[in-house]
Amino acid sequence: MTLSVRIIPCLDVTDGRVVKGVNFTNLVDAGDPVEMASVYGIEGADELTFLDISASVVGRETTLDVVRRTAEQVFIPLTVGGGIRSVQDVDRLLRAGADKISINTSAIARPELIAEIADRFGAQVLVLSVDARRARTESGFEVTTHGGREGTDIDALAWVEKACALGVGEILLNSMDADGTRAGYDIGMITAVRAVSKVPLIASGGAGTLSDFAAALDAGADALLAASVFHFGIHRIGDVKNYLTSHNYPVRVTSPK
Amino acid sequence: MIAILDYGSGNVRSAQRAFATSGMDVVITSDRSVALEAKGLVVPGVGAFASCMQGLNAVDGASIIRERISRERPVLGICVGMQILFSQGSEHAQNAPHVGVGIWDAEVSKLDAPILPHMGWNTVEVAETSELLAGIEDQFFYFVHSYAAKQAVGQKQSWSTYGERFLAVVEDDYVSATQFHPEKSGDAGLALIKNWTKKL
Repeated sequence: MTLSVRIIPCLDVTDGRVVKGVNFTNLVDAGDPVEMASVYGIEGADELTFLDISASVVGRETTLDVVRRTAEQVFIPLTVGGGIRSVQDVDRLLRAGADKISINTSAIARPELIAEIADRFGAQVLVLSVDARRARTESGFEVTTHGGREGTDIDALAWVEKACALGVGEILLNSMDADGTRAGYDIGMITAVRAVSKVPLIASGGAGTLSDFAAALDAGADALLAASVFHFGIHRIGDVKNYLTSHNYPVRVTSPK
Repeated sequence: MIAILDYGSGNVRSAQRAFATSGMDVVITSDRSVALEAKGLVVPGVGAFASCMQGLNAVDGASIIRERISRERPVLGICVGMQILFSQGSEHAQNAPHVGVGIWDAEVSKLDAPILPHMGWNTVEVAETSELLAGIEDQFFYFVHSYAAKQAVGQKQSWSTYGERFLAVVEDDYVSATQFHPEKSGDAGLALIKNWTKKL
């Protein structure tokens, strides 16, 4: 009776399509989000994450529709992030079928948003997305915004501690240095954030080899998020789970169909 | 027909779709007579114990639940919708615990674990006579909660462990409840829903 580690494919969605780039640039089309979500569900994904990177209002409406259609056919937890600025935005996504929402830029601009969302819907719906990179802040990790394009001079560890006090239910830690490189998760960053937080921690950015996933768990991650290795078929979800099972990590095994 | 009690609680759309896979009609409602007359009533729930009770009271939910049980009509509580069926909840309580619907006399209290919420897929020690978990005894279910009931109540108890042992499923004649989310537990969750709906 042990809580399993979660394997979470992340779909970056813009204007109704999944895209993937390296370090948040050079985006290439990777497929239809509803179809991909469904396939990942069948393959044993433990949760799904949509990150809406649309720049336009029309794009955001499209994402709402993608969430709606996905929630109709995939019965595992769905987290949606990107462009959420208010309690109303959260309400619309939850009503469309999202189980959790993630915020980043808007929480940095107005930290009270964290408490507003947690008070209304409970902390468990709220994932704090921390896009961090190595920099000369006190801990050596800095928070970035706008998908990694802008620095903030805010220390990542201080931010995590503050956000946890305000009421986040989970932390999605994304290394901007490692994102899309497939060179491994930023282990030092995971270890540092784990040490200052008491909510579940999802590691993101840099997954490449199967042993990378295990290394992030050893550093204290509770869940592992990856995008490009799954989208481009480098690993199947089952490969990651088989590897982790054979190395004695607790994973959810689903019966083959 | 299955009614999902709408009392301002998060993502009920997923629950509607998941219960509809049983082949039955599913409505989301806060209408008293619809909730009373439906073959099965699902009480969902997210957020804190007290705010859930507040929402429940606003639609006269406690009396709907009690009346259904006295008329031998099935009720299924999910997550906080399970917790509020107990007599007391200590979540965010200052002095005395918050008062619940009181179907089961026990307190819902914080889990003793270093990392909360208990979020993710876990297994269950299934009661031998469990009908809800029949055929899915070895499966994983999706949990998201920081509080739970830890004393045995009702006729059949199935347990899970995170930091400490807590009630994952209670089956008690016409009222049952799951601490996990069957509507988010993939095929295993849909199988549980089917086990519940086939008795309606």
